[in-house]
Amino acid sequence: MISIENLGFSYGEKPVLKNITMTLEEGKIYGLLGENGVGKTTLLTLLCGLKNVKTGSIDVDGHVPYKREPSFLSDLYYLSDEVPEVNMKATDYAKNYGKFWEKFDITKFQEIMGIFENDPEQKMNRMSFGQLKKTYISFALACNCKYIFMDEPTNGLDIPSKAQFRKAVTKYTGEDSTLLISTHQVRDLENIIDPIIILDRQDVLLNASIAEISEKLYFDYSNERKDGALYSEMIPGGSIQVYPNTSGEESKVNIEALFNTVHLHKELVKGIFHK
Amino acid sequence: MEFNSNKAIYLQICDAICEQILSGGLLPDARIQSVREYGADIGVNPNTVMRSYEKLTNEGIIYNKRGIGYFISPDAREITLHRLRNEFMENELPKIVKRMKLLGIDASVFKEV
Repeated sequence: MISIENLGFSYGEKPVLKNITMTLEEGKIYGLLGENGVGKTTLLTLLCGLKNVKTGSIDVDGHVPYKREPSFLSDLYYLSDEVPEVNMKATDYAKNYGKFWEKFDITKFQEIMGIFENDPEQKMNRMSFGQLKKTYISFALACNCKYIFMDEPTNGLDIPSKAQFRKAVTKYTGEDSTLLISTHQVRDLENIIDPIIILDRQDVLLNASIAEISEKLYFDYSNERKDGALYSEMIPGGSIQVYPNTSGEESKVNIEALFNTVHLHKELVKGIFHK
Repeated sequence: MEFNSNKAIYLQICDAICEQILSGGLLPDARIQSVREYGADIGVNPNTVMRSYEKLTNEGIIYNKRGIGYFISPDAREITLHRLRNEFMENELPKIVKRMKLLGIDASVFKEV
Protein backbone atom coordinates (compact mmCIF):
# COMPACT_ATOMS: atom_id res chain seq x y z
CA MET A 1 0.00 0.00 0.00
CA ILE A 2 1.12 3.51 -0.75
CA SER A 3 0.35 6.17 1.86
CA ILE A 4 0.80 9.82 1.07
CA GLU A 5 0.41 12.20 3.98
CA ASN A 6 0.17 15.96 3.84
CA LEU A 7 2.53 15.98 0.93
CA GLY A 8 3.79 19.33 -0.26
CA PHE A 9 6.14 20.18 -3.09
CA SER A 10 7.26 23.32 -4.83
CA TYR A 11 9.55 24.30 -7.67
CA GLY A 12 11.54 27.10 -6.06
CA GLU A 13 8.99 29.57 -4.79
CA LYS A 14 6.22 28.10 -6.87
CA PRO A 15 4.12 25.63 -4.87
CA VAL A 16 2.77 22.75 -6.94
CA LEU A 17 1.31 20.23 -4.54
CA LYS A 18 -0.05 21.08 -1.14
CA ASN A 19 -1.71 19.03 1.59
CA ILE A 20 -2.05 15.92 -0.52
CA THR A 21 -3.22 12.95 1.54
CA MET A 22 -4.32 9.66 0.06
CA THR A 23 -3.73 5.93 0.04
CA LEU A 24 -3.36 3.61 -2.93
CA GLU A 25 -4.20 -0.05 -2.47
CA GLU A 26 -2.85 -3.21 -4.05
CA GLY A 27 -4.42 -4.85 -7.07
CA LYS A 28 -5.93 -1.69 -8.48
CA ILE A 29 -5.51 0.42 -11.57
CA TYR A 30 -5.81 4.03 -10.48
CA GLY A 31 -6.59 6.82 -12.91
CA LEU A 32 -4.94 10.10 -11.93
CA LEU A 33 -6.82 13.04 -13.37
CA GLY A 34 -6.36 16.76 -12.98
CA GLU A 35 -6.20 19.96 -14.97
CA ASN A 36 -2.96 21.00 -16.64
CA GLY A 37 -0.34 22.06 -14.15
CA VAL A 38 -1.89 20.64 -10.98
CA GLY A 39 1.15 18.42 -10.48
CA LYS A 40 0.25 14.96 -11.77
CA THR A 41 3.68 14.35 -13.26
CA THR A 42 5.33 15.86 -10.19
CA LEU A 43 3.38 13.45 -8.00
CA LEU A 44 4.49 10.48 -10.10
CA THR A 45 8.14 11.52 -9.93
CA LEU A 46 7.84 11.95 -6.16
CA LEU A 47 6.35 8.47 -5.84
CA CYS A 48 9.24 6.88 -7.68
CA GLY A 49 11.90 8.84 -5.78
CA LEU A 50 13.14 11.11 -8.55
CA LYS A 51 12.28 14.10 -6.39
CA ASN A 52 12.02 14.58 -2.66
CA VAL A 53 8.99 15.87 -0.82
CA LYS A 54 9.25 19.36 0.72
CA THR A 55 6.75 18.57 3.45
CA GLY A 56 4.80 15.52 4.51
CA SER A 57 5.68 11.95 3.62
CA ILE A 58 5.29 9.09 1.20
CA ASP A 59 5.41 5.51 2.41
CA VAL A 60 5.40 2.65 -0.09
CA ASP A 61 5.08 -0.60 1.87
CA GLY A 62 7.68 0.67 4.34
CA HIS A 63 9.94 2.26 1.74
CA VAL A 64 10.66 5.96 1.46
CA PRO A 65 10.92 6.44 -2.33
CA TYR A 66 13.60 9.14 -2.20
CA LYS A 67 16.00 6.73 -0.47
CA ARG A 68 15.97 4.83 -3.76
CA GLU A 69 16.84 1.47 -2.25
CA PRO A 70 17.60 -1.13 -4.95
CA SER A 71 15.01 -3.54 -3.53
CA PHE A 72 12.37 -0.85 -3.95
CA LEU A 73 13.49 0.34 -7.39
CA SER A 74 13.58 -3.18 -8.81
CA ASP A 75 9.91 -3.52 -7.95
CA LEU A 76 8.89 -0.23 -9.55
CA TYR A 77 8.59 1.04 -13.09
CA TYR A 78 7.96 4.63 -14.06
CA LEU A 79 6.98 5.28 -17.64
CA SER A 80 7.41 8.97 -18.33
CA ASP A 81 5.56 10.89 -20.98
CA GLU A 82 8.69 11.33 -23.04
CA VAL A 83 10.69 8.24 -23.83
CA PRO A 84 14.25 8.10 -25.15
CA GLU A 85 15.02 6.92 -28.68
CA VAL A 86 17.76 4.39 -28.21
CA ASN A 87 20.02 3.13 -30.97
CA MET A 88 19.16 -0.48 -30.22
CA LYS A 89 16.76 -3.16 -31.36
CA ALA A 90 13.76 -3.33 -29.02
CA THR A 91 14.50 -6.92 -28.10
CA ASP A 92 18.15 -6.12 -27.28
CA TYR A 93 17.07 -3.16 -25.20
CA ALA A 94 14.68 -5.42 -23.29
CA LYS A 95 17.32 -8.09 -22.69
CA ASN A 96 19.92 -5.57 -21.52
CA TYR A 97 17.81 -3.28 -19.39
CA GLY A 98 15.47 -6.00 -18.17
CA LYS A 99 18.31 -7.15 -15.89
CA PHE A 100 17.63 -4.22 -13.58
CA TRP A 101 14.20 -5.61 -12.76
CA GLU A 102 14.34 -8.89 -10.92
CA LYS A 103 11.07 -10.26 -12.27
CA PHE A 104 11.49 -9.06 -15.85
CA ASP A 105 10.12 -11.60 -18.33
CA ILE A 106 11.36 -11.42 -21.92
CA THR A 107 8.64 -13.77 -23.20
CA LYS A 108 6.02 -11.49 -21.75
CA PHE A 109 7.73 -8.53 -23.43
CA GLN A 110 7.49 -10.26 -26.79
CA GLU A 111 3.87 -11.24 -26.21
CA ILE A 112 2.85 -7.68 -25.43
CA MET A 113 4.82 -6.38 -28.41
CA GLY A 114 2.74 -8.92 -30.35
CA ILE A 115 -0.51 -7.52 -29.01
CA PHE A 116 0.63 -4.10 -30.19
CA GLU A 117 1.74 -5.52 -33.55
CA ASN A 118 5.14 -3.98 -32.87
CA ASP A 119 8.28 -5.53 -34.35
CA PRO A 120 10.79 -6.34 -31.57
CA GLU A 121 13.60 -6.59 -34.12
CA GLN A 122 13.22 -2.97 -35.13
CA LYS A 123 15.69 -0.37 -33.91
CA MET A 124 14.12 1.97 -31.40
CA ASN A 125 15.47 5.16 -32.98
CA ARG A 126 13.83 4.14 -36.25
CA MET A 127 10.41 3.75 -34.69
CA SER A 128 7.59 6.27 -34.88
CA PHE A 129 6.66 8.00 -31.61
CA GLY A 130 3.69 5.66 -31.15
CA GLN A 131 5.72 2.52 -31.83
CA LEU A 132 8.39 3.67 -29.42
CA LYS A 133 5.79 4.35 -26.75
CA LYS A 134 4.31 0.90 -27.26
CA THR A 135 7.76 -0.63 -26.87
CA TYR A 136 8.17 1.09 -23.51
CA ILE A 137 4.66 0.12 -22.42
CA SER A 138 5.48 -3.51 -23.27
CA PHE A 139 8.71 -3.21 -21.32
CA ALA A 140 6.96 -1.62 -18.34
CA LEU A 141 4.41 -4.43 -18.09
CA ALA A 142 7.02 -7.15 -18.68
CA CYS A 143 8.98 -5.95 -15.63
CA ASN A 144 6.27 -7.55 -13.42
CA CYS A 145 6.66 -4.78 -10.88
CA LYS A 146 4.47 -4.25 -7.89
CA TYR A 147 4.24 -0.52 -8.60
CA ILE A 148 3.80 0.80 -12.10
CA PHE A 149 3.38 4.51 -12.69
CA MET A 150 2.53 5.73 -16.17
CA ASP A 151 2.38 9.32 -17.31
CA GLU A 152 -0.04 9.79 -20.22
CA PRO A 153 0.68 6.35 -21.70
CA THR A 154 -1.89 6.59 -24.47
CA ASN A 155 -0.54 9.88 -25.83
CA GLY A 156 0.56 9.35 -29.39
CA LEU A 157 -1.02 5.92 -29.75
CA ASP A 158 -3.08 5.33 -32.87
CA ILE A 159 -6.70 4.19 -32.70
CA PRO A 160 -6.20 0.39 -32.69
CA SER A 161 -3.41 0.71 -30.12
CA LYS A 162 -5.76 2.17 -27.55
CA ALA A 163 -7.83 -0.99 -27.38
CA GLN A 164 -4.61 -3.00 -27.42
CA PHE A 165 -3.37 -0.95 -24.51
CA ARG A 166 -6.50 -1.74 -22.50
CA LYS A 167 -6.09 -5.42 -23.28
CA ALA A 168 -2.39 -5.47 -22.39
CA VAL A 169 -2.94 -3.66 -19.10
CA THR A 170 -5.81 -5.88 -17.96
CA LYS A 171 -4.10 -9.07 -19.04
CA TYR A 172 -0.55 -8.43 -17.92
CA THR A 173 -0.64 -6.61 -14.61
CA GLY A 174 -0.09 -8.72 -11.56
CA GLU A 175 -2.96 -9.28 -9.17
CA ASP A 176 -1.20 -7.50 -6.34
CA SER A 177 0.27 -4.68 -8.44
CA THR A 178 -0.67 -1.06 -8.05
CA LEU A 179 -0.94 0.88 -11.27
CA LEU A 180 -1.21 4.62 -11.31
CA ILE A 181 -1.93 6.12 -14.70
CA SER A 182 -2.10 9.85 -15.19
CA THR A 183 -4.18 10.87 -18.17
CA HIS A 184 -6.26 13.44 -19.94
CA GLN A 185 -7.43 10.84 -22.43
CA VAL A 186 -10.17 9.51 -20.20
CA ARG A 187 -12.07 8.00 -23.09
CA ASP A 188 -9.06 5.85 -23.96
CA LEU A 189 -9.04 4.43 -20.47
CA GLU A 190 -12.70 4.37 -19.58
CA ASN A 191 -13.61 0.98 -18.05
CA ILE A 192 -9.96 0.40 -17.19
CA ILE A 193 -9.18 2.95 -14.54
CA ASP A 194 -10.89 2.27 -11.23
CA PRO A 195 -10.54 3.93 -8.71
CA ILE A 196 -10.46 7.49 -9.98
CA ILE A 197 -8.33 10.16 -8.33
CA ILE A 198 -8.99 13.79 -9.17
CA LEU A 199 -6.19 16.07 -8.13
CA ASP A 200 -6.38 19.78 -7.53
CA ARG A 201 -3.55 22.13 -6.69
CA GLN A 202 -4.36 22.23 -3.00
CA ASP A 203 -6.23 19.05 -2.56
CA VAL A 204 -7.33 15.58 -3.56
CA LEU A 205 -10.85 16.26 -4.79
CA LEU A 206 -11.78 12.63 -5.22
CA ASN A 207 -10.30 9.19 -4.63
CA ALA A 208 -13.11 6.71 -5.11
CA SER A 209 -13.88 3.45 -6.87
CA ILE A 210 -16.35 3.33 -9.76
CA ALA A 211 -18.67 1.36 -7.47
CA GLU A 212 -18.62 4.14 -4.87
CA ILE A 213 -19.07 6.82 -7.52
CA SER A 214 -22.12 5.14 -9.02
CA GLU A 215 -23.50 4.62 -5.53
CA LYS A 216 -23.20 8.32 -4.71
CA LEU A 217 -23.76 10.03 -8.04
CA TYR A 218 -26.34 9.25 -10.68
CA PHE A 219 -25.49 9.79 -14.35
CA ASP A 220 -28.66 10.38 -16.32
CA TYR A 221 -28.47 10.02 -20.09
CA SER A 222 -32.16 10.54 -20.76
CA ASN A 223 -33.80 13.57 -22.31
CA GLU A 224 -35.81 14.46 -19.26
CA ARG A 225 -34.67 17.50 -17.37
CA LYS A 226 -35.03 17.37 -13.66
CA ASP A 227 -34.18 19.87 -10.95
CA GLY A 228 -31.07 19.62 -8.87
CA ALA A 229 -28.55 18.57 -11.52
CA LEU A 230 -24.99 19.16 -10.33
CA TYR A 231 -23.82 19.19 -13.91
CA SER A 232 -25.41 18.91 -17.30
CA GLU A 233 -24.04 18.77 -20.76
CA MET A 234 -25.77 18.49 -24.11
CA ILE A 235 -24.64 15.60 -26.26
CA PRO A 236 -25.97 14.42 -29.63
CA GLY A 237 -29.23 12.66 -28.96
CA GLY A 238 -29.76 14.01 -25.46
CA SER A 239 -27.75 15.09 -22.49
CA ILE A 240 -25.70 13.85 -19.61
CA GLN A 241 -26.87 15.06 -16.26
CA VAL A 242 -25.26 14.30 -12.95
CA TYR A 243 -27.30 14.17 -9.73
CA PRO A 244 -26.64 13.02 -6.21
CA ASN A 245 -27.83 9.41 -6.24
CA THR A 246 -31.01 9.24 -4.20
CA SER A 247 -32.67 6.15 -5.70
CA GLY A 248 -29.76 3.74 -5.26
CA GLU A 249 -29.90 2.83 -8.95
CA GLU A 250 -26.44 2.33 -10.42
CA SER A 251 -25.70 4.10 -13.67
CA LYS A 252 -22.73 4.12 -15.98
CA VAL A 253 -20.07 6.55 -14.77
CA ASN A 254 -19.01 9.02 -17.43
CA ILE A 255 -15.56 10.15 -16.39
CA GLU A 256 -15.57 13.46 -18.25
CA ALA A 257 -18.88 14.42 -16.72
CA LEU A 258 -17.59 13.26 -13.35
CA PHE A 259 -14.50 15.43 -13.69
CA ASN A 260 -16.55 18.49 -14.56
CA THR A 261 -19.02 17.83 -11.76
CA VAL A 262 -16.23 17.53 -9.23
CA HIS A 263 -14.68 20.77 -10.42
CA LEU A 264 -17.93 22.69 -10.28
CA HIS A 265 -18.84 21.47 -6.80
CA LYS A 266 -15.59 20.76 -5.01
CA GLU A 267 -16.84 21.02 -1.43
CA LEU A 268 -20.23 19.48 -2.08
CA VAL A 269 -18.72 16.43 -3.78
CA LYS A 270 -16.17 16.00 -1.01
CA GLY A 271 -19.03 16.08 1.46
CA ILE A 272 -20.96 13.44 -0.46
CA PHE A 273 -17.96 11.11 -0.58
CA HIS A 274 -16.74 11.59 2.97
CA LYS A 275 -20.04 10.64 4.52
CA MET B 1 -17.97 -5.28 -26.33
CA GLU B 2 -19.98 -2.19 -27.08
CA PHE B 3 -21.24 -0.48 -23.95
CA ASN B 4 -23.94 2.02 -24.65
CA SER B 5 -26.82 1.72 -22.30
CA ASN B 6 -26.95 3.85 -19.20
CA LYS B 7 -26.43 0.93 -16.89
CA ALA B 8 -23.30 0.47 -14.83
CA ILE B 9 -20.71 -1.52 -16.78
CA TYR B 10 -20.70 -4.43 -14.33
CA LEU B 11 -24.46 -4.81 -14.82
CA GLN B 12 -24.04 -4.73 -18.60
CA ILE B 13 -21.53 -7.55 -18.31
CA CYS B 14 -24.09 -9.54 -16.26
CA ASP B 15 -26.67 -8.93 -19.00
CA ALA B 16 -24.28 -10.08 -21.72
CA ILE B 17 -23.62 -13.34 -19.87
CA CYS B 18 -27.34 -13.87 -19.26
CA GLU B 19 -28.05 -13.34 -22.96
CA GLN B 20 -25.47 -15.97 -23.81
CA ILE B 21 -27.07 -18.40 -21.39
CA LEU B 22 -30.47 -17.88 -22.99
CA SER B 23 -29.18 -18.19 -26.53
CA GLY B 24 -27.46 -21.46 -25.64
CA GLY B 25 -23.95 -20.11 -26.05
CA LEU B 26 -23.17 -21.00 -22.45
CA LEU B 27 -24.44 -24.35 -21.24
CA PRO B 28 -24.83 -25.68 -17.68
CA ASP B 29 -21.55 -26.59 -16.01
CA ALA B 30 -19.53 -24.91 -18.74
CA ARG B 31 -16.55 -23.03 -17.41
CA ILE B 32 -16.57 -19.32 -18.09
CA GLN B 33 -13.45 -17.27 -18.68
CA SER B 34 -11.47 -16.08 -15.70
CA VAL B 35 -12.01 -12.54 -14.52
CA ARG B 36 -8.71 -11.49 -16.03
CA GLU B 37 -9.20 -13.20 -19.41
CA TYR B 38 -12.68 -11.81 -19.78
CA GLY B 39 -11.52 -8.34 -18.73
CA ALA B 40 -8.71 -8.45 -21.28
CA ASP B 41 -11.09 -9.57 -24.03
CA ILE B 42 -13.56 -6.77 -23.49
CA GLY B 43 -11.08 -4.13 -22.29
CA VAL B 44 -12.52 -3.77 -18.81
CA ASN B 45 -10.86 -3.60 -15.40
CA PRO B 46 -10.76 -7.12 -13.86
CA ASN B 47 -12.24 -5.75 -10.64
CA THR B 48 -15.34 -4.73 -12.59
CA VAL B 49 -15.69 -8.23 -14.05
CA MET B 50 -15.23 -9.59 -10.52
CA ARG B 51 -18.23 -7.55 -9.38
CA SER B 52 -20.31 -9.02 -12.21
CA TYR B 53 -19.27 -12.57 -11.30
CA GLU B 54 -20.06 -11.93 -7.65
CA LYS B 55 -23.51 -10.67 -8.52
CA LEU B 56 -24.23 -13.63 -10.81
CA THR B 57 -22.98 -15.99 -8.09
CA ASN B 58 -25.31 -14.42 -5.54
CA GLU B 59 -28.19 -14.86 -7.95
CA GLY B 60 -27.30 -18.53 -8.44
CA ILE B 61 -26.61 -18.13 -12.17
CA ILE B 62 -22.97 -19.12 -11.92
CA TYR B 63 -20.99 -20.90 -9.23
CA ASN B 64 -17.38 -20.83 -8.12
CA LYS B 65 -15.14 -23.86 -7.72
CA ARG B 66 -12.36 -22.69 -5.51
CA GLY B 67 -9.08 -22.52 -7.35
CA ILE B 68 -10.60 -23.69 -10.64
CA GLY B 69 -12.93 -20.96 -11.77
CA TYR B 70 -16.51 -20.02 -12.42
CA PHE B 71 -19.11 -22.28 -14.03
CA ILE B 72 -22.67 -21.95 -15.29
CA SER B 73 -25.20 -23.31 -12.78
CA PRO B 74 -27.40 -26.26 -13.81
CA ASP B 75 -30.53 -24.12 -13.42
CA ALA B 76 -28.99 -20.94 -14.81
CA ARG B 77 -31.43 -20.84 -17.70
CA GLU B 78 -34.54 -20.79 -15.49
CA ILE B 79 -33.11 -18.17 -13.17
CA THR B 80 -32.01 -16.04 -16.11
CA LEU B 81 -35.37 -16.30 -17.82
CA HIS B 82 -37.07 -15.27 -14.62
CA ARG B 83 -34.62 -12.38 -14.17
CA LEU B 84 -34.98 -11.06 -17.70
CA ARG B 85 -38.77 -11.45 -17.72
CA ASN B 86 -39.00 -9.43 -14.54
CA GLU B 87 -36.72 -6.83 -15.99
CA PHE B 88 -38.78 -6.65 -19.15
CA MET B 89 -41.98 -6.18 -17.20
CA GLU B 90 -40.51 -3.62 -14.82
CA ASN B 91 -38.28 -1.59 -17.10
CA GLU B 92 -38.63 -2.25 -20.78
CA LEU B 93 -42.39 -2.65 -21.11
CA PRO B 94 -43.24 0.61 -19.31
CA LYS B 95 -40.87 2.40 -21.73
CA ILE B 96 -42.58 0.83 -24.72
CA VAL B 97 -45.99 1.75 -23.33
CA LYS B 98 -44.85 5.30 -22.70
CA ARG B 99 -43.47 5.56 -26.23
CA MET B 100 -46.67 4.15 -27.70
CA LYS B 101 -48.72 6.71 -25.81
CA LEU B 102 -46.45 9.49 -27.04
CA LEU B 103 -46.82 8.35 -30.64
CA GLY B 104 -50.54 7.60 -30.34
CA ILE B 105 -50.19 3.91 -31.16
CA ASP B 106 -52.96 1.65 -29.94
CA ALA B 107 -52.28 -1.68 -28.18
CA SER B 108 -54.13 -3.42 -31.00
CA VAL B 109 -50.92 -3.28 -33.10
CA PHE B 110 -49.63 -6.24 -31.07
CA LYS B 111 -52.20 -8.45 -32.81
CA GLU B 112 -50.86 -7.37 -36.19
CA VAL B 113 -47.27 -8.07 -35.16
